[in-house]
Amino acid sequence: MNGNYWSWERFADAFPIVLEGLGTLISVTISTFIFALLFGFVWTFLRRIKNKQINWIVTWLMEFIRSTPPIVQLFFIYYAWPVMPVIGVTLSGFASAVIGLGIHFSCYIGEIYRSGIESVDTGQWEAATALNLSTWDKWSKIILPQAIPPTIPMLGNYFIILFKEVPITSTIGVQGILFMANSYGAQNWAYIEALTIVGLILLALSYPSAVLIKKLEVKMNTRFDKNAAIQMNKGVTQQ
Amino acid sequence: MNPITDIGGQLIPGLGITISILLASALFSYLMAFIAGLCRLSKNVFLRKFTGLYVEVFRGTSLIVQLFWFVYAIPILFGVNLGSNWSIGVIAIGLNYGAYLSEVVRSSILAVAPGQSEAATALNMTSFQKMRLVIFPQAVRMMLPEFANYTIQMLKGTALVSLISLNDVLYYGNILRSSNLSYAPLIYIVVLIIYFLLALPLILFSRKAEKIAKKGVAN
Amino acid sequence: MTEPIVQYKKVHKAFDDVKVLKGIDLDIYPSEKVAIIGPSGSGKTTIIRMLMTLEEPTSGDIIVDGTNLWKMEKKGELVRANEKHLRSVRGDIGMVFQHFNLFPHMTILENCMTAPIHVKGEDKKEVEERSIEMLGRVGLGDKMNNYPSQLSGGQKQRVAMARALVMRPKIMLFDEVTSALDPELVGEVLEVIRDIAKNDDMAMVLVTHEMDFALDIADKVLFLDEGVIEEQGSAQEVINDSQNKRLREFLSRFRN
Repeated sequence: MNGNYWSWERFADAFPIVLEGLGTLISVTISTFIFALLFGFVWTFLRRIKNKQINWIVTWLMEFIRSTPPIVQLFFIYYAWPVMPVIGVTLSGFASAVIGLGIHFSCYIGEIYRSGIESVDTGQWEAATALNLSTWDKWSKIILPQAIPPTIPMLGNYFIILFKEVPITSTIGVQGILFMANSYGAQNWAYIEALTIVGLILLALSYPSAVLIKKLEVKMNTRFDKNAAIQMNKGVTQQ
Repeated sequence: MNPITDIGGQLIPGLGITISILLASALFSYLMAFIAGLCRLSKNVFLRKFTGLYVEVFRGTSLIVQLFWFVYAIPILFGVNLGSNWSIGVIAIGLNYGAYLSEVVRSSILAVAPGQSEAATALNMTSFQKMRLVIFPQAVRMMLPEFANYTIQMLKGTALVSLISLNDVLYYGNILRSSNLSYAPLIYIVVLIIYFLLALPLILFSRKAEKIAKKGVAN
Repeated sequence: MTEPIVQYKKVHKAFDDVKVLKGIDLDIYPSEKVAIIGPSGSGKTTIIRMLMTLEEPTSGDIIVDGTNLWKMEKKGELVRANEKHLRSVRGDIGMVFQHFNLFPHMTILENCMTAPIHVKGEDKKEVEERSIEMLGRVGLGDKMNNYPSQLSGGQKQRVAMARALVMRPKIMLFDEVTSALDPELVGEVLEVIRDIAKNDDMAMVLVTHEMDFALDIADKVLFLDEGVIEEQGSAQEVINDSQNKRLREFLSRFRN
């Protein structure tokens, strides 16, 4: 069998083929993320309903989606949804990926929105009310401008996590880099080189992004003065 | 006949693999987390860089890719076939989450207030005693919630071993689907419920651990 | 005359480019009570942190009981001390911190017992008895099984003192131990220090802002300003009689 040794020749051979899947990987990632960003609002909205039963159901539904494997959720949408009575429709692998992973990640993103809103000081709400602002003005002028910036690095982190999760969509036929690598492997009876290329591509894209987001995080923290107090304190005890 | 219990009954044989992979890879990942986390805090530059590379490579790529990669790489790298994909599943999941958790270990140790270490010095403790008696017990309390959360992620990750032909819960679910496509929705819902029931103790533990973490390290 | 138990010889300390101490010479005798006063940022805390081995001097020597603390002999040469050397010398020194630094995961009693048992290898029963006695002395006999988070700041600081005392140090360092306390809790902590000062014969070095207290218990007062010991003498001499302009200015801020 070919696959029992490493071959640079196959590495060079497989590279352009695997790379063909890159566009799909990126477009699935971006589409899914946009879907998740939008669907996240739905969760945040549902969780703000002040009804105990609804709150309980929504909380546990989110918990259910978050703590079960996304690959099963993808299979559900791809294989099971079409045979559902009445509501069933056949979805492409791409659409299943966007909806399945999108809903899965929206549960995390909804929580991020919530933490952002909760991080706004209660005094700000009271001040907005005291100024007699309309609900729209209160949200658009006071709350959201303060709630959104601190969530950006967190959202960035989830974007990278999502990016690394997207290769599982090769199991429902989405032709990203992993799919291409596997089909190259099946044709040549040698997988190792193509899979290594997949790893390298993922690393080359995710590592710099992670570094970038870390920088953003530090910048945000200093801007919002979270660490300033700690650093000052350190200076004092060192005298 | 109740189709839900019927389907559930046919998925039960997969529980052995799902649970054993989860337990073994969780233990392996915890071990890796402590080893790598401490190495990253070591004074030895080489050790620090080498562990850093491990962490970045495993965090920077996908579990599914690592899983497939190990299936083909282990025979080439070590010239041996491990005999079963079970060990490969455990190695891939353990190394992957070990990398994530090593960051939790590292940051928790760094998060212990510097005054604690100073107090230990003032009581003339050795570096080892300082670590064992003062820093570690506090750091571990801070780590617990994240360890619980990542263990849930690992449980989700175990579903991928069905792709390297291990007979876990999802594997039996897929078999069942291919013979009764019209039952597919119910089958996958039962599969999801099984995973959720497995995750439930971890979810409850992580909520409790968050309280412990808040209480145990307050000044 | 007895020999000093601690000697600072031309000790300098800089953090990066900031010179915090500029040539400290200081003798501390056994059972002497020394108070260090001075404006914040003058380097008071750094003086005792170097003695506790929490900061390394940039240059100069600190001699503890005849042994050079930060330097050791190796093949006939003086080299930078390693951890083992530091441990062997600092065993007789104890410290109480501004922010208490109690171990939050241990009960009050465990806080006191851990070091004598693990560091000095003493008998557990004996250490327990001594710890209970010491906690009684600082007025916390009834809180032994509580955790630090359940105590007030003043109580925490008293525990921190008991914890240091159980180690039976020859030299005790107090780093602004009342600065982090609510004003109404300062008294109870000073009371305990006064009791220790009157009844124990260990040397004590206090970095403090409590002038009247320093006047009351200190045998010697140092006024530190911009990294230099400006005045040194009995409490009476320094706090009441000195004509040093900077010192008078500094003191006037404490006397209204």
